[in-house]
Amino acid sequence: MTGQTMPIEKSNILLEVRDVAKEFDVSKPWLNRVIERQERQILKAVDGVSFTINRGETLSLVGESGCGKSTVARLVCGLYTPSRGSIHFDGMDMAKAEGDVLRKLRARFQMIFQDPYASLNPRWRVGKIIAEPILVHGLGKPGDALNERVGELLTQVGLSPLDAEKFPHEFSGGQRQRVSIARALSSNPEFLVCDEPTSALDVSVQAQILNLMKDLQREFGLTYLFISHNLAVVSHISNRVGVMYLGRLVEVADTKRIFTMPLHPYTQMLQSAIPDLKMTGKQRTPVAGEVPNPLTPPTGCAFHPRCPHANERCKRERPEMIDHPGGGQVACHGVEEKRINIIKLAA
Amino acid sequence: MSSITSLIQGCALTARGGIDMVALVNVVDSFRRFFDGDVWYSFRRNPLVILATLAALVGIIGAAFAPWIAPHNPFDLKTLNLLDAFSPPAWTELGKPQFWLGTDDQGRDVLSTIMHGSRVSLVVGICAVFLSMVVGITLGLISGYVGGSVDAFIMRVADIQLSFPAILIALLIDGVARAVIGKEHHDQVAVYVLIFAIAASGWVQYARTVRGSTLVERNKEYVQAAQVIGRRSLAIMFSHVLPNVMGPVFVLATLHVGTAIITEATLSFLGVGVPPTQPSLGTLIRVGNDFLFSGEWWITVFPGLALVILVLSINIIGDWLRDALNPKLR
Repeated sequence: MTGQTMPIEKSNILLEVRDVAKEFDVSKPWLNRVIERQERQILKAVDGVSFTINRGETLSLVGESGCGKSTVARLVCGLYTPSRGSIHFDGMDMAKAEGDVLRKLRARFQMIFQDPYASLNPRWRVGKIIAEPILVHGLGKPGDALNERVGELLTQVGLSPLDAEKFPHEFSGGQRQRVSIARALSSNPEFLVCDEPTSALDVSVQAQILNLMKDLQREFGLTYLFISHNLAVVSHISNRVGVMYLGRLVEVADTKRIFTMPLHPYTQMLQSAIPDLKMTGKQRTPVAGEVPNPLTPPTGCAFHPRCPHANERCKRERPEMIDHPGGGQVACHGVEEKRINIIKLAA
Repeated sequence: MSSITSLIQGCALTARGGIDMVALVNVVDSFRRFFDGDVWYSFRRNPLVILATLAALVGIIGAAFAPWIAPHNPFDLKTLNLLDAFSPPAWTELGKPQFWLGTDDQGRDVLSTIMHGSRVSLVVGICAVFLSMVVGITLGLISGYVGGSVDAFIMRVADIQLSFPAILIALLIDGVARAVIGKEHHDQVAVYVLIFAIAASGWVQYARTVRGSTLVERNKEYVQAAQVIGRRSLAIMFSHVLPNVMGPVFVLATLHVGTAIITEATLSFLGVGVPPTQPSLGTLIRVGNDFLFSGEWWITVFPGLALVILVLSINIIGDWLRDALNPKLR
């Protein structure tokens, strides 16, 4: 149903992110800097991240708080402009798109936000909220057809067409997230960026929303970039997983590979932090140390101060992403030098 | 199915003429919600506010319908009789029954002049508040939403403006207007100059309030959602952010009406406000002030009392509104 005007030989890659970085200037005001004799302070929220997402698949980004995963989501959506690198959507460089092209491009991707209590305008009726993308992208005009489309979207996400009349405060968190999904779907997008869409919800509701998202993906052939810190959620929904640490990707691989054979020491550490009844009494790699201050990231591999396998090379040299024979890519000197034990876990 | 679609039609995006039954239901519904709600409950439980509202309503209705309900027409020279001048209020020994609150030096009925005077006062007050609201809200929205050097510039201008007293700015504008327009035409535009002068000194409050709320709203996800959809900044500012920052503005505006009326009265009292041919409450007080020491107290006391009651009741309503709309104080 999507992109009939596209060339026949379409590449399977929908989104390509190449060496993207985002820096924030977090320095104090000019006068304070002069008086206190401080330098400008630059926060590298994302520092050279590259990945691709194929059509119809779900790539999840996981990592601790502050590792830059939400910044990647916002970069992909165009809420931030990258300080370096480029983002290609369906072969088009998003930074170079302007005017009408950008407008058409925008209709093809949408975002679902983390907090369902903040992502819907409290003064707007749900019908108006859902119709906004349709009207902005010129996919419909006010009238019966639009109202019916809004009703249809509400039905698709498991709400009633009558709910169009209500205000967001009349809904529960899970229902609001459904409204949010309906809004994201209203411009017939191919690609959805989901920034922790379930982390503000109850566990029972989380499952409902995830299943809804999976159903919609199957129905409309959607592609997801899914941001989460919850590994259980990630294993449920994704085809591939990228693990982020301090603004960098450290490992990307199939979900199965990540969960059964984590290679990077950080992934292993995250893995063993998942509570599991079967693991009772077994040895685990404890989550040691804290995330370093991103204003002054460690030299070399950003993970080396917390890594049990770090050596001199890790402190000096920043590891690159290298293909691994087991599948996927890892950025780790230890894995490259085969001095890290591979832990195999039951699926 | 037809009932469902007709219900959906009511949603706000159907901009069509004629009476839409569903839209009507919505209006009735919002009224019902208002009377069920906290604000109405708090109103009912607050006798002072009910009293203030009644007083303000009497004042506003008296002013709005002054030409029809005032007992005399103080500006119709044919009905004026100099022999009626300086007659005291009706209940005193020398009072005449047709002049309840007495007459002034030209034989004009004080009650009627008060009604006509509060008309001018209210028009100036409300128009000035409206004008400063429009300017203040626009600048505040831009300042808060765009940020950066635009924000810094607008807020520095506001700071400079704030360091002058409102009366001084109004005096300055009035003085400049007199010099530019010329004395003979000044009387015709005096009211507009006054409105502009009071509005120019009042916009800062709105700009600051709106900017503060906008800074909070700008970072909420619904604004980012609108950005992802691809709406322009101006559209986001006015259709998304504005409705969410209006609460404190309404409270501010109510209180500001009282202040604006006082400023107008002060300027008129000082003789730079409206001309004596269309007297406001301030002008009446100034005129009456000349006779205070010769014993004709009613000429200045009654307009003064009317001013106090009007402003006080508006302020009481504003104060109550601030508390009633503040979820933390409920």
